[in-house]
Amino acid sequence: MSRAEDAAVHRSVRNGWLLSTPALFLLTIAAAGPLLIVLVYSFLTPGQHGNVVWDFSVEGWIGILWSKDIFTGEWGLADAHLTIFWRSVSLSLLTTIFTFLLGFPTAWFIATRPPAQRALWLFLITIPFWTNLLIRTYAINEVLRKEGLINAVLLKLGVIDAPLDMLYGPFAIFVGMTYVYLPLMVLPLFAAIDRFDMKLLEAGYDLYASRMQVLRRVILPIVKPGIIAGSILVFVPSLGAYVTPRVLGGGKQMMIGNFIELQFLAGKNWPLGAALAMVLLIIVTVALLVYVRYANRDTSHG
Amino acid sequence: MADDVTISARHVIKAFGQGAAAVRALDDVSVDIRRSEFFTLLGPSGCGKTTLLRLIAGFEMPTGGEILLDGADISTLPPNKRPVNTVFQSYALFPHLTVAQNVAFGLQMLGKPAAEVKATTERMLALVKLEAMAGRKTAQLSGGQQQRVALARALAPQPKVLLLDEPLSALDLKLRKEMQIELKRLQLETGITFVFVTHDQEEALTMSDRIAVMSAGKVQQVGTARDIYIHPRNRFVASFIGETNFLTGTAEDGALRLGTGERIEMPGLRASPGPTTAIVRPEQLRLGKTADGGLQARVVSLVYFGTDTHCHLHLADGTELVARLQSPASGEAGLSRGDSVGIRFAEGAVQQVED
Amino acid sequence: MAERSFHVARLPGFATMAVAVFVALYLPIFTLVAYSFNASNSMAVWGGFSLDWYAKAWANEQVKDATVRSLVIACFAAVISTAVATMAALGTTRRRAFKGQTFIYVMINQPLMVPEIVTAVALMILFGLVKTVTGIHGLGYLVLAHAAFCVPFAYLPIRARLEGMDLTLETAAADLYATPWATFRRVTLPLLAPGMVAGAMLAFVISLDDVVITEFVKSGGQDTLPTYMLGQLRRQLTPEINAVSTMLLAVTVVLLTTFFLLTRKKD
Repeated sequence: MSRAEDAAVHRSVRNGWLLSTPALFLLTIAAAGPLLIVLVYSFLTPGQHGNVVWDFSVEGWIGILWSKDIFTGEWGLADAHLTIFWRSVSLSLLTTIFTFLLGFPTAWFIATRPPAQRALWLFLITIPFWTNLLIRTYAINEVLRKEGLINAVLLKLGVIDAPLDMLYGPFAIFVGMTYVYLPLMVLPLFAAIDRFDMKLLEAGYDLYASRMQVLRRVILPIVKPGIIAGSILVFVPSLGAYVTPRVLGGGKQMMIGNFIELQFLAGKNWPLGAALAMVLLIIVTVALLVYVRYANRDTSHG
Repeated sequence: MADDVTISARHVIKAFGQGAAAVRALDDVSVDIRRSEFFTLLGPSGCGKTTLLRLIAGFEMPTGGEILLDGADISTLPPNKRPVNTVFQSYALFPHLTVAQNVAFGLQMLGKPAAEVKATTERMLALVKLEAMAGRKTAQLSGGQQQRVALARALAPQPKVLLLDEPLSALDLKLRKEMQIELKRLQLETGITFVFVTHDQEEALTMSDRIAVMSAGKVQQVGTARDIYIHPRNRFVASFIGETNFLTGTAEDGALRLGTGERIEMPGLRASPGPTTAIVRPEQLRLGKTADGGLQARVVSLVYFGTDTHCHLHLADGTELVARLQSPASGEAGLSRGDSVGIRFAEGAVQQVED
Repeated sequence: MAERSFHVARLPGFATMAVAVFVALYLPIFTLVAYSFNASNSMAVWGGFSLDWYAKAWANEQVKDATVRSLVIACFAAVISTAVATMAALGTTRRRAFKGQTFIYVMINQPLMVPEIVTAVALMILFGLVKTVTGIHGLGYLVLAHAAFCVPFAYLPIRARLEGMDLTLETAAADLYATPWATFRRVTLPLLAPGMVAGAMLAFVISLDDVVITEFVKSGGQDTLPTYMLGQLRRQLTPEINAVSTMLLAVTVVLLTTFFLLTRKKD
């Protein structure tokens, strides 16, 4: 390369960094950087009234799975914590599965509309996506509560005699999360289906496949990257959900997010809360790395 | 001669990519472009013609060699400091500006006084016959009109050289013919040096004062349309410009001996070992009776083209030749498939070319 | 059932299911909006149409206070995040890929990946320390936090716009003697403007909607509309919350519709 070419490349790279600096600075001080402090706090000793004492300790990390008996001082497996973890993981998985079951036909429907209509249907999916999470959760509350829409309709139809008690429990959290995270599943599925060549369906039918066989043997394998992307996009925020379990779980049915909050506000065990936050971060990072790896492998296969 | 030259490319090399993967788009290209001439860079896609144009414009920096404008090295000057303007293949008209604002853009950037900008813009719009469109947004114009705006915009700052990157490729045939005439008129009226890039040999032959035929990053031949057609230097130029018959054989003193054992008179030829290639254009073949001598051949097929008829012939060793004959006003040409004929060539029509 | 014609892209039951999904998506929201116009004090019975709850919400000093605070934060966050996102988008697109570009992408999109509750806790700790040291408790912390998590949302449409932009336009400007700065101001910026407006609007909506990070970062008396509503949801529910929600919804829908129209390709 000539010197002039070299200089042009150097200038281009330098400008790239210079222009990105303000964004990097903002994100470092108000998003990414503070995560390091959480890591530091997870290795400190809890203070008397919340906060921390600057003494090194790994009890925050141990406290994730074990707890000290207040009377005997012995460490034992913390059943309450395990229940919360299990609830978080199982509800997140259920949410992912149900958003897929509902989201796939929806995405397929949107992708097979005439082009002129497609943007509008897509827009109808994106409105709830951008609408305040709290409002949407509250809207589900309106539907599920004793005097809510479902009970009112069922009572009127005479299906039930007394209103069902659906609110404040895992069921309500599951319904709420499925409702609020559904658009996150539909959008990547749509993107994958939109790229899908419908001629392949003609080829499938031409080769004697039934509709179910075409779905199972042709469509699903090809749109798999979209399914993976949608699943990650739903699973990750479900696992860290805070607002939905708080509003629909009624305070007792906690998920990891609420459990972390509890350590900082009421539990006054900041190192444990910090360690829990780190665990959540690690799980999410692993999920994303698996996805990136999968996505890259998939594209390299063409 | 030297002060007659506007643009001079000297041993220009341009490589894309790095290390072993580097591709040489231009491989030691030297060419002189004279003042006020219509100069065409002609070649198939990927031959490096657009790269050379972009180097002259300053959109790319050469990897090696230099580019001179009126004798001064401009290789590392940014495009906004070069008195050279470009008509882009896609026109690259600013969609947020009107036609007049597009034309005025360069003048404003040069800091010309408002009155002069206005006057020049109007003059340019008149030159391309678009006065009525001055206030329109460019998206509202037809392809031909956009082409004119692009021309006016590039001519307005009165550049020393106007670079045109396949400007007619997006137009339909009829419009393309019109614009060819229009471009030639503008070049003569303004006296500006035009450097025109195209892959269309007909376009190149009809418009250019001189043509540089390019292939594989190298300039194969520079000359007038006539030079290049009549005396192609090598096999590539001969086959790229017009239709050509190739004859391969061994050089003897004053003649080429073909694989069939027959000799073709070539007065300038000297004996040499190894195969020698010669060319002859299809219109230079004369067909006669076998008894009258000449190369013995058989008619394989006859293809009617209106004014011309192409006669495909096979020599005894299978060499294929095409003769272009004038179609007779009525009836048969007196030839039919399977006929045996003797081929003669117009004097000097068979020429040796480099491989 | 026999079909009269065979459509390859039609899968049985999919359309029905999709329509059901759309109904299920919008029904709760419509219910919420409908109840905001309920004259009855009870959340159970429909007592006729009324705008009383809007009047009540309007008269509520806390609501007014929180609304103003939400808008102020969202404005600042939108402006700041759009400014830095525009620069970053210019820095990371349309140039030869360089070392560290992936790092910049990851940093910019980091708020989309890290669970909000983790960032919220992290900011609570950090800003808590800063508050103790400096004694300053202003809105600045919230603005900073909001601006940071709005960056990826502002960045996306701006980057898309830049990538869709014809590079030869800038080449043409340079060819016509425009300096790099003049090229930016006269060509790039005007063409980029719709992307920037779109980015700012998304950032505004995202800031306006945030609950979790705000809840953890705010000092006493710094409720935004969403955190105020979160607090109210623990108490006796009245249709006043529905009225507030409906207003917030209206703002979001208006901004999104504008965004939709702005980014739609004109063919």
